[in-house]
Amino acid sequence: MIWSRSTFLSPSNRDRLLVWTLRGAAGIAGLILLFIVAFLILEALPALRTLGLIRFVTDPSWHPGEEFYLMLPMMWGTLFATLGAVVLATPLGLLSALFCRWYAPKPIARTYRRFIELLGGIPSVVYGFWGLVVLVPMISRLHPPGPSLLAGIVILTIMILPTIALLADASLAKVPQEYIRGAAALGLGRWAIIRGVVIPAAKSGLFTGVILGTGRAIGETMAVLMVCGNVVQTPQSLFDPIRTLTANIALEMAYALGDHRSALFVSGLVLVGMILTLVSSAEWISRGRIYG
Amino acid sequence: MSPVILQILTLTGLILVGAGCQESPTTHHSKRKLVITGSSTVAPLMAEIGKRFEILQSGVRIDVQTGGSSRGIADARQGLADIGMTSRALTSDETDLHGTAIARDGIGVIIHTSNVVSALDDGQIADIYTGRITNWNAVGGADALIVVVNKAEGRATLELFLKYLNLINTEIQAHVIIGDNEQGIKTVAGNPNAIAYVSIGTAEYDARREAPIKLLPLGNVPATLETLRTGTFPLTRPLTLVTKAPPSGLIKTFIDFARSPDVHDLVTQHFFVPIQS
Repeated sequence: MIWSRSTFLSPSNRDRLLVWTLRGAAGIAGLILLFIVAFLILEALPALRTLGLIRFVTDPSWHPGEEFYLMLPMMWGTLFATLGAVVLATPLGLLSALFCRWYAPKPIARTYRRFIELLGGIPSVVYGFWGLVVLVPMISRLHPPGPSLLAGIVILTIMILPTIALLADASLAKVPQEYIRGAAALGLGRWAIIRGVVIPAAKSGLFTGVILGTGRAIGETMAVLMVCGNVVQTPQSLFDPIRTLTANIALEMAYALGDHRSALFVSGLVLVGMILTLVSSAEWISRGRIYG
Repeated sequence: MSPVILQILTLTGLILVGAGCQESPTTHHSKRKLVITGSSTVAPLMAEIGKRFEILQSGVRIDVQTGGSSRGIADARQGLADIGMTSRALTSDETDLHGTAIARDGIGVIIHTSNVVSALDDGQIADIYTGRITNWNAVGGADALIVVVNKAEGRATLELFLKYLNLINTEIQAHVIIGDNEQGIKTVAGNPNAIAYVSIGTAEYDARREAPIKLLPLGNVPATLETLRTGTFPLTRPLTLVTKAPPSGLIKTFIDFARSPDVHDLVTQHFFVPIQS
């Protein structure tokens, strides 16, 4: 064959250089991750050895000063806040992208997209500050005390909305024009085209946006620290204060010594575990199809 | 690997970096540089004193890092820092260290200025913090639920406050847990029904800048610089510099400078009371 791989892509020296540079870069990226995980495990080991895993779920409370290390309520806190934010932000993001792509007049769509981009660029500590001085007092009037799971969910929703909306917008834009023209030629209306053709075709991008948004919500620290109240308890209602795992690390790391410090690295490991579960369940749900 | 997975892994990495960034002060033994770590109450004052010291002693660098009183003790003991800062006196199991008080601070209870309550006795404060009193009307205020603000673990302010009220941390029924004094003041400023306890220095400093908070008297003694100075305020603490060995050389020069009248204006600016030597 004339078009065999070896003749078509004859490896020149320059190619080889490029390939090795790329391999090096990929290797470094992978190694950094491995180093971080190894460091985390190393730092968490003393606590795992002296306290054991079971005490993180059976201790009466989280009071490291008195040797109590219950971590379960903070895992619930992280989970509820993330879940709430994703449940709210996903439809909002999708609708905002649909509005932008399909319903808004051009100038409005362009301005609107700029606004969403701007929203995505605001640093999290600014969201946190806004939450602390505006949102929390508002919730406090509704139902005291104010700093609560609800405040965390609202802040996280606003923070991950741009991620979901912009990725949804981009993937809607990538749907091939032929599909849409074909659907239109069949006499379908605008909503029928969107529901029957555009959304299924853009599914992978929409899914990516949600996964990235979820990752951001799990990892967010500063804003959540400022509005959630940071009381270690399993929330019974939306108005109960909670502490997330990330907030726990930020709040106590600089002040922690010995087992306490090591226990905070365990919460870091738990966070990694949660992200890994998220990634692998995303893989499992899509089973190779969705990124195609 | 698909781009999504890569992006998510990067994200994980970022979170981990955030979790893992726990920098220990460099063990620099050339004595032209002093590493000072510890209490977040003392740190801002120490940074200013350090700046002034650097101007007087050319070639000397003062590196101030925050991390709470416990960290100040631990770092001084292990030699990770030349000087540790604590916002309390040394305890009986810390006699291996050498402490020098440089200023005096108090811990005061703060509430929102719109709150009509003007005084609470120690028993009422303890009842509020343990959840036996949950409404302001039980202590002469409006009919509103009390929002209890407590400090996170490892802070000297928390230790001293609990000791003063004879409580342990597991008894506290808090609604908000805060890190530093500023966060406590912002929380109370944003919530008319909140109660918190913070460094009097920081509270006065912010109240002068129109934060809507007021300091309550403690044990019938008003929380002012004057009562701190005369020693009548019940909940005070010495801001202490801690060293492993008896101070000598540059460390001694610095500690003497931090106690000298040359920096009393800085101490007063931070609403602490200078130690009269």
